[in-house]
Amino acid sequence: MQKDYFKDISEIKDLMNKSSRFISLSGLSGILAGCYALIGAAIAYIYFLPKQFDYSSKSTLKLEYIILDLVLIATLSIVTAIILTIKKAKSNGEKIWDATTQRLLVNFLIPLVAGGIYILIQAYQQHYGMGASLMLIFYGLALINASKFTIGNVKYLGCAELILGLICAALPGFGLYFWALGFGVLHIVYGALMLREEKRQ
Amino acid sequence: MSIIDNINKLFDHRIRLGIMSILMVNEKVNFKRLKELLEVTDGNLASHIKALEKAEYIIVEKSFIDRKPNTQYIATKLGRAEFKKHIEALEKIIKKQMK
Repeated sequence: MQKDYFKDISEIKDLMNKSSRFISLSGLSGILAGCYALIGAAIAYIYFLPKQFDYSSKSTLKLEYIILDLVLIATLSIVTAIILTIKKAKSNGEKIWDATTQRLLVNFLIPLVAGGIYILIQAYQQHYGMGASLMLIFYGLALINASKFTIGNVKYLGCAELILGLICAALPGFGLYFWALGFGVLHIVYGALMLREEKRQ
Repeated sequence: MSIIDNINKLFDHRIRLGIMSILMVNEKVNFKRLKELLEVTDGNLASHIKALEKAEYIIVEKSFIDRKPNTQYIATKLGRAEFKKHIEALEKIIKKQMK
């Protein structure tokens, strides 16, 4: 009797990996997060951002509003993602809060929180120029870091955000457009792709 | 006693080995999820689950979610120990083949 025990071992490993991964975020939450980001960017563009290359002292006063705008977008996106993911997990009879979820969150939050604090420190020292690019870069890194614990193509979304952030850093003055592209359009595209995959199953 | 003795006959099947692999790293797994992961039919999966249940390697836990029945499977202490023994035996065989 000569059985391929190598195949057994690799199959065990594969199943253990696959089964202990966190359930994927629902595609709809991606689309909604993208919409919030676009609306938030439009509000910032119309009301808070200094008009093209006008860095007078008056413009610095709006910093608090921009931060508030960002916090609102982030909160809305996160709350939407949590609600929709819980709903999806319930209909699949899966548990949402387990060891994998915790690892996912920790790995996601480390680059994100570090980046957020760094950007805030820079902003309070009146260095805003790199804000959009830094947000994209740190968010991309957070996604790549968390992707080990998810199903789906979060890793590619992370890479796309990262690349966009780097391009943004090379082209000063277009921060808002890159920000809207990364947090708005990319999320919507990613969400739509995920949604199509969910429907197919 | 040869190493082959430690190879567990019950695990000498792709699906049963798969069920145990999944239950080793997950506290509880339901039928639907097992089916998805192993890509097998209902009847096929049920018969293999029954075999593992009979050997007391896994236990079944029935509950309801929104009035729909939800059956979860959990690996027992015995099942975990037997699975480890089986893996160690596989390792030994592979090491021998490599020599």
